[in-house]
Amino acid sequence: MQTKRSTYQNRWLPFLLLAPQLAITLVFFIWPASQAVKSSFERTDAFGFKTTFVGLDNYARILADPSYLNALGRTAIFAVSVTALSMGLALLLAICVNRVLRSAKFYTTLLVWPYAVAPVVAGVLWWFLFNPTIGLLPHLLDWFGINWNHRVSGTQAMILITIAAAWKQISYNFLFFLAGLQSVPQSLMEAAAIDGAGPFKRFWTIVLPLLSPTTFFLLIININYVMFDTFGVIDATTGGGPGQATMTLVYKVYTDGVAGLNIGSSSAQSVMLMGIVIILTFIQFRYVERRVNY
Amino acid sequence: MASITLEGLRKTYAGNVQAVKGIDLAIEDGEFVVLVGPSGCGKSTLLRMVAGLETITDGTLKIGDRVVNKLEPAERDIAMVFQNYALYPHMTVYNNLAYGLKNRGFKKPEIEERVRKAAKMLEIEEYLERKPRKLSGGQRQRVAMGRALVREPAAFLFDEPLSNLDAKLRVQMRVEIKQLQRRLKTTSLYVTHDQLEAMTLGDRLVVLSAGKIEQVGTPMEIYSRPASMFVAGFIGSPAMNMVPLEYLQTRGTHDLLSDLPPNTDTVGIRPDDMRLAPPNTPHLVVESTLELFEAAGAESHLYVRLADSDQPTVIRVSGQPPVKEGETLRFFVTREALHPFNSTTGQRTNAP
Repeated sequence: MQTKRSTYQNRWLPFLLLAPQLAITLVFFIWPASQAVKSSFERTDAFGFKTTFVGLDNYARILADPSYLNALGRTAIFAVSVTALSMGLALLLAICVNRVLRSAKFYTTLLVWPYAVAPVVAGVLWWFLFNPTIGLLPHLLDWFGINWNHRVSGTQAMILITIAAAWKQISYNFLFFLAGLQSVPQSLMEAAAIDGAGPFKRFWTIVLPLLSPTTFFLLIININYVMFDTFGVIDATTGGGPGQATMTLVYKVYTDGVAGLNIGSSSAQSVMLMGIVIILTFIQFRYVERRVNY
Repeated sequence: MASITLEGLRKTYAGNVQAVKGIDLAIEDGEFVVLVGPSGCGKSTLLRMVAGLETITDGTLKIGDRVVNKLEPAERDIAMVFQNYALYPHMTVYNNLAYGLKNRGFKKPEIEERVRKAAKMLEIEEYLERKPRKLSGGQRQRVAMGRALVREPAAFLFDEPLSNLDAKLRVQMRVEIKQLQRRLKTTSLYVTHDQLEAMTLGDRLVVLSAGKIEQVGTPMEIYSRPASMFVAGFIGSPAMNMVPLEYLQTRGTHDLLSDLPPNTDTVGIRPDDMRLAPPNTPHLVVESTLELFEAAGAESHLYVRLADSDQPTVIRVSGQPPVKEGETLRFFVTREALHPFNSTTGQRTNAP
């Protein structure tokens, strides 16, 4: 792609125009991130009197900590299931809405609503629905002989946060998939129909490949969402429990840092988390994007 | 190879909008038929009905001896070339051509052979591994043609395939399509709004207006004996001049006009049948004022206003006559050049 080069009369004007964005990035990202990096090399005593430089000791400890490795595994399962569930359902809904001619706008509006709900509120909502004592769904599940209690069962707790986190993200994915579907030219579908491809074949061989840039973009967004933005959902539903069953990396950062006051370890974890996301995104861009280019 | 038969074909959309109002047409095996008409006349809808992309409200459509009204597009044994080519952007040219064959379960060697053959015929062999976006408009057009060719279908359907090309390429591709069709002898139905394209391509033309057939015939039949004022105005460029009969009668008495059918009230005259030099045969003489002179190279268009009338009229002459804008011009018309019409019905009055 060719970049457009702009010229300014005053050489400070471009910097001035960039200043608000730079200031925001500096205050809300660079500064806290560098603080995190700094404190990840330090250890503070329980009363906050003394801070000592300990080098990579914090990193060595968390990597040797079984509960951290457990959280890493949980996060991987959580990320894969939330992304698969929310993207799959969103695509299905988008296909349905794309087929409707008359009320498509109406359905779109309804389907986008969950996106406007704050993560914590979404968490509370699902917490109520699945509440073993007063919830509606455990009551219904009981008829099928399923005893729902996510306070006891780690698997059920994982299912709960997966549903709650995915539900929140479906709207976003849906919008992008719908836009993607609508930009597939009708004449391509017609040409494929004449070329002897049935509806399913058309979907697999024409629509899905043409949607791949959208899918790729959403994949990155969703994984980032699961890694960072699901804190509210987990905090409101399971609080990381039972035991460590729903302790994801981001939630562990909070638990160890804010509740456990282990700032050094918490900082090291958040730096690791940032690193993981950067590496994942890099891999996706490097190896997946190549295949989606057409 | 097959004939295509349309019997009373109709298309009515929701809200009782009639796009196609009963079309009867028999296309013979190997024939090249062009559907031509202004936009909104239903020509594309008709083509899409034949392709199976639009449902048929009423009537019978046969390809060969099969009634195909209810068949899926894929089952009709037709291939279509779209206006925007509709190439699959994520596939190479090779895969674009092979897609239809793969879907029909052809074996790999057979696909390879057919694709190579079609690519050779269209001279796109060197682009087979490219994606469509790396091709120019003309090359894409060829690939679209190739996709139709490889299938070796019973009929080709063309939906304004040349309208996205620039003028020069359009002429070139027009010639190629014609040659290709001659060689393959595949029944073809071609939709266009361009009367020149229609005239040059078709074995027969079908002129459509408002969902109905105005006239069917060979290009020259239609040009020399337009069945209605609509056809007269649509085929031929510049369009045929329409002059009220009364006006010609006031230009002196002429035996020439006496044998016109009684219900004639308008006379059509082709711009090239208006001569600046008097012919030897009996003729009419009309005076006019030259308002605009348009030199188009090998020919010139003279926009004149008839004397004592505000009737705008165009004369086409070859070369560049020594005339000046504003001067009075006399032109001569023979009896053979007069096309009698009735302006109320819009029909030709001496129709056979």
